[in-house]
Amino acid sequence: MTEHNPLSQFRVVGTRPVRPDGIDKVTGKAIYGPDHVAPGMIHGAILRSPHPHARIRSIDTSKALALPGVKAAVTGQDLPHLPGKSVSLGEGEADLANLSCNCLARDKALYEGHAVAAVAATSASIAREALKLITVDYEVLPHVIDLEDAARDDAPILHPDLRTQGAEEPSDKPTNIAFTFALKQGDAAKALDGAAAVASGRFAMPPVHQGYIEPHACVASWNADGQGQVWCSSQGPFMVRAVTAGVLDIPVSDVRVTPLEIGGGFGGKTTIYLEPVAMLLSRKAGRPVRLAMSREDVFRASGPAPGLVVDIRIGADAEGNLVGIEADMLYDAGAFPGGGTMLGPLVLSNMYRYPAVDIRTRDAVSNKPSVAAYRAPAAPQITFAIESCIDDIAAQLGMDPIAFRLKNALRPGDTSAMGMECGEIGFVECLDSANAQDHLKAPLGDNEGRGIAAGYWINIGGASSASVSLAEDGSVAVVTGNPDIGGSRASMAIMASERLGVPYEKVRPIIGDTATIGYSVVTGGSRTTFAVGRAVVQACDTIIADMKKRAANVWQVAEDDVEWRNGAVHCTAKGNDNAPMTITEMAENANTTGGPIAAEVSINPHDSLPAYGVHICDVAVDPETGHVSIKRYTVVQDVGRAIHPDYVEGQMQGGAVQGIGWALNEAYIYNSKGCLDNPGFLDYRMPVASDLPMIDTVIVEKPNPAHPYGVKGVGEVPIVPPLAAIGNAVKAATGKRIRELPMSPDRVFAAINGGK
Amino acid sequence: MIAFHSPQTLEDASALLAAEPSARPLSGGTDLLVQMRSGRVEPAAIVDLKQIPSMRGIRAHDGGFAIGAATPCTALLDDAALCAAWPGVVEAANLIGSVQVRNRATMAGNLCNASPAADSVPALIAADARALVVGPAGEREVPIADIPAAPGKTNLAQGEFVAEIRLPAKSASGGDAYLRSIPRTEMDIAVVGAGVSLVLDSSGTCTAARVALGAVAPTALLVEEAGAALVGTGLDDAALDRMADAVRAACNPINDKRGTVEYRTAMAAILAKRATRIAQSRAGANS
Ligand SMILES: Cc1cc2nc3c(=O)[nH]c(=O)nc-3n(C[C@H](O)[C@H](O)[C@H](O)COP(=O)(O)OP(=O)(O)OC[C@H]3O[C@@H](n4cnc5c(N)ncnc54)[C@H](O)[C@@H]3O)c2cc1C
Repeated sequence: MTEHNPLSQFRVVGTRPVRPDGIDKVTGKAIYGPDHVAPGMIHGAILRSPHPHARIRSIDTSKALALPGVKAAVTGQDLPHLPGKSVSLGEGEADLANLSCNCLARDKALYEGHAVAAVAATSASIAREALKLITVDYEVLPHVIDLEDAARDDAPILHPDLRTQGAEEPSDKPTNIAFTFALKQGDAAKALDGAAAVASGRFAMPPVHQGYIEPHACVASWNADGQGQVWCSSQGPFMVRAVTAGVLDIPVSDVRVTPLEIGGGFGGKTTIYLEPVAMLLSRKAGRPVRLAMSREDVFRASGPAPGLVVDIRIGADAEGNLVGIEADMLYDAGAFPGGGTMLGPLVLSNMYRYPAVDIRTRDAVSNKPSVAAYRAPAAPQITFAIESCIDDIAAQLGMDPIAFRLKNALRPGDTSAMGMECGEIGFVECLDSANAQDHLKAPLGDNEGRGIAAGYWINIGGASSASVSLAEDGSVAVVTGNPDIGGSRASMAIMASERLGVPYEKVRPIIGDTATIGYSVVTGGSRTTFAVGRAVVQACDTIIADMKKRAANVWQVAEDDVEWRNGAVHCTAKGNDNAPMTITEMAENANTTGGPIAAEVSINPHDSLPAYGVHICDVAVDPETGHVSIKRYTVVQDVGRAIHPDYVEGQMQGGAVQGIGWALNEAYIYNSKGCLDNPGFLDYRMPVASDLPMIDTVIVEKPNPAHPYGVKGVGEVPIVPPLAAIGNAVKAATGKRIRELPMSPDRVFAAINGGK
Repeated sequence: MIAFHSPQTLEDASALLAAEPSARPLSGGTDLLVQMRSGRVEPAAIVDLKQIPSMRGIRAHDGGFAIGAATPCTALLDDAALCAAWPGVVEAANLIGSVQVRNRATMAGNLCNASPAADSVPALIAADARALVVGPAGEREVPIADIPAAPGKTNLAQGEFVAEIRLPAKSASGGDAYLRSIPRTEMDIAVVGAGVSLVLDSSGTCTAARVALGAVAPTALLVEEAGAALVGTGLDDAALDRMADAVRAACNPINDKRGTVEYRTAMAAILAKRATRIAQSRAGANS
C-alpha cells in the first residue's frame, strides 16, 4: 500500500510499499545459503572436536580418502600459516591467523565443535560416513569455560603466545586476558563515597546466540587457473572475499563472491567459518563443494555474543545529578581474542553526563566458540548493569525514573567521557516521548510491575557503493553491495524513487556480487540505510546532473537554465517555451544525447549519528513459580527518519524480542566436561510467539543532517534496553533486584524465596 | 539402508518387530525421526503402525475408552465424550509441542519414548490408564506406569508394542487435571509435570485420589502417599499441604539444563496443589 501523507514533505519516503523481495520469500523461491547448487557440485562435511581443549598430535585421513565417493580431505595443515598477518575489513582489522585457526584448527582444538578436518564426497551421506574414518590423535588438555576462571592467573592457557594488549605494565607471562583498557577522569571513588544515593553490584550474564534461522552454508569452486568463486549468504560479500583470500593467502581478485539471500544474521554473519575450507576441498576435488552447518554446529561453532561480568557503582547527589561511575568489565572472547574491546566503555559513557569516571574493561579467552557480533555488540550486557543501577538510584532518591534520566541524559553540544561530541542526538526526545505514553498510566494488577530502561548505540557509516542506471524505458536499476537483512532493498528503492521522481515500482534494487559493484563494508552497525542509502541518493543526483546537462545541450541553453523537478527537466530560460522532458523521455532518447544514463558512486561517510531508545515493559511474576510473563511492551526510538516505517517498526520489535529472550531464558549452558549442553532450539530457549504480547512501537524522528532524508540507523539499539527494562519491571513486581541473567523461573523463584 | 514396513495387522507388525533387533515402531515420528536425524538411534527397520485399522481412532471400551495407539493427540480433542470424561488427559496430550507436532504425535509414542518428562504420561497414570501390549506371545494389559523402565528404555520385550491406551470408566463425580512447568509457554519440555485424578462424594469429601509426577525421577511416578493424604478430606488447605509434603518426599530429580533439584521439587508440590484444585472443580462441576 503506497499511501501518500499529504502533510509530508516527501512523496515516497515514509510510505509503506510492498517489499521487492517479498514474493520470492513467501513463495519459497528465494535462494538462501544452503539452497545454491552449482553444476557438478559435491558435498563437504566437517569433523569437529569432541573436546573443549586438546592438542592435535596427528590426523589420519587416509581411510576416509579410500572410501568410494570421497574426493578430497583437508586439515589445518593445508591452510597457509599466517602468524601476525591481518586483513582490513574496512571497519578495522581482523587477525588472519586466528580466523584461519577458527576455520580449521592447526595444532590445538580450542572448544568443543572446533573444526579439525573436512572431506568432500559425491553425496552428503558418504561425506558423513567418511568423517567416521578419520582418526585424530588428541592429547586432552585441562579446559576453562567460566569467564572469571579463565581470567585467573592459574587458568589453563589457550594461546601460549598471547600477551595482554593495552596493558599498562607489559608482562611476558602467558595469559588468557587478551585486551585491557582503562579510562579515568576525576576522582570517581571520592565522588561516589560522598554521593547521596549509590547503586552497585556485580552483574553477570552468560554468552547468548544470535539465533538466525538460516545455518551458515556456502558453495565454493576453485579452478586450476587459480580463479575461485564463492556463493554464500553473509552480511557482506566483500568481507567474505577479503577473509577467504586472506586465509588462503591468494590475490583478492582471484575470489569472486556472490551473495545469496540471507536468512538472518544479527551480526553473526559478519565473519566466516566455511568458505576457505570449501575452497580447499574444491581445489583438491576439482569440483564445486557445498559446506553447510547443522543447527548443532551453529550453536557449537558460530556466534555467540560474549558473556560479561561487571562490578559497577554509580552515584548521584541529592538533587539527582549523577556524580560518578566506576565499572570493571570482563567480556568473554571465546576461543580467540576480540570480545568487548572498546565497545563496553563507549556504551557506558555515551548515555549520561558523569563528572567522574573510573572504568576498566578486559577480554578473556576461554574454551568456548569465538564470539561474534550480535546486534549492538557489547551494549546490551553493560546496559543491563547501568540501567539497573540508574533505576535503583532514582528509587533511592524518590525520583521518577524518566525524570531522573532526563536530568542526566547527554544532549546535543555535550561531550561524553569517551570524547563523543554529541550532535543532533535524540535521547531527550525519546525520554519525553516515553513520558507521554498512555502505557505509563495503565493500571497494574497483582504481582505485576513496570520497568523502563534506555539504550544507546553508536551507529556507523563506512565504505559504501551504489550504482543507478536507467533502462531504455525509464525504469531504474539500483545495485549495491550490501545484503538485505532488514528490508534495505525497499528503502533503497524508496530513496531512488523519491529522488528521481519515478514510481517506486519502476525501481529494481539488486544486490551485486563483488565483481559488479564497488567495495562496500558489511551490512552491520546499523549503517546501510544511512551510508549505502546516501550513496544511492548521490548516484541519483549524478544522473540528474547528467540529464540536466543533456537537456541544456538539446535546448541550447545554459545549464543553469535547466531545473530538475518532479521527475523531469524543465527549461527556465526566459522566453523559452521548451516542453519539460520526463525521465522516461530522457531514457528513451539517451542514445541521441550522449549514450546510456548511469552512475556509480563510492563514498566513505563517518558522520553517522547514534541511536537512542527507551523501552517500557510490564511483567507479571508468578510468586509461587517465578515465571515472568511480559504483559505489555512499548519501544520508543529516535530513528532520524523512517524511510519505510514497516521495516523500522520491524527492527524495533525484533530487537526488543531478542532482548526479551536474552533477559528471560537464553543462555549457553555447559556441562562439567566443557561441552555445550543445549545446542538446539529446544533447550536454547528463544521466545516463541505465545510468549510475547504485541510489541508497540513509537517512532521519534529527529533527522540526521548528514543524510539526505535524515536517516540515523535503527537496527541495533532496540536490543539494548530490554534486559534492564525487564529487570526493573521484575524489581517493581517482586522487590528483588536480579543481577544475573537469564531471569529464568528458577532464578526468579530463588530470588523471591532467598530474600536477597 | 533402512527397511520401511507398513503392516496392516497387529500380527504382522509384531512379527516384523521381532525379526530385527534394532527395528523401531513408528507412530507420529516426532521423537523417532528427530533421534534418527541426530544419529542417536540407527534402526535397520522401521515399522509404521499407522496403517493398522484398529490402531487408529477412539472407541468405547468397558464403560471407558480404548484409544488406538496411532491416534494423534489433536484427534483426541474431536471426541466430546473423551474430553468430558478425562479433560486432564486430553489437555496433557495437547500440551505437547505445537499444533503441527500434535497433528502427528501420539500418546503411545510419548509413553514408549520413555522420557521422564513426557507430558501425557503423568496424566495417564493419574487416570489409572492401561496399555494394551501386543507381541509374539499375544496380548497383555499393563498399567501405564509399568511401561517406562528408565530414561529412553521401556519394559517392552522384543517384538512387543502398544496397540491401545485404555482409560477406565469415569466416576460420575470424578475430575482430573494436568499441569506442567516450562520456562516458555509452548514448544518446551516439562521441568516438572503433575497429574491429579480424584473422586468426590456428594458432600465434597474426596473418596479416591491419584497423584502422578513427571520429570522428578527416572520415570513418571505414582505418588500413593500424596493421593492418600487427600482421601477422606474435604480438600482443605491442610490436606493439600500434607499432599504437597508427600509429593516433595517422593521427588528424586536431577540437576540439569532444564532445572535444579530444589526448583523441581518445589514446583512439583505447587503444581500438584494447583492441579488438585482444578480436578476438584471439575469433579464438583460433574457431581
Ligand atoms: C518440536 C517438538 C516439541 C515437542 N514437545 C513435547 C512436549 O511438549 N512434551 C512432550 O512430552 N513431548 C514433546 N515432544 C516429543 C514428542 O513429540 C512426543 O513424545 C510425542 O508424543 C511422541 O509421539 P510420536 O507418535 O511422534 O512417537 P514416535 O516418534 O513415533 O515414537 C517415539 C518412540 O516410541 C516408539 N513407539 C512409537 N509408537 C509405539 C508403540 N505404539 N508401541 C511401542 N513403541 C512405540 C518409537 O519406536 C520411538 O522409540 C516434542 C517433540 C518435538 C519435535
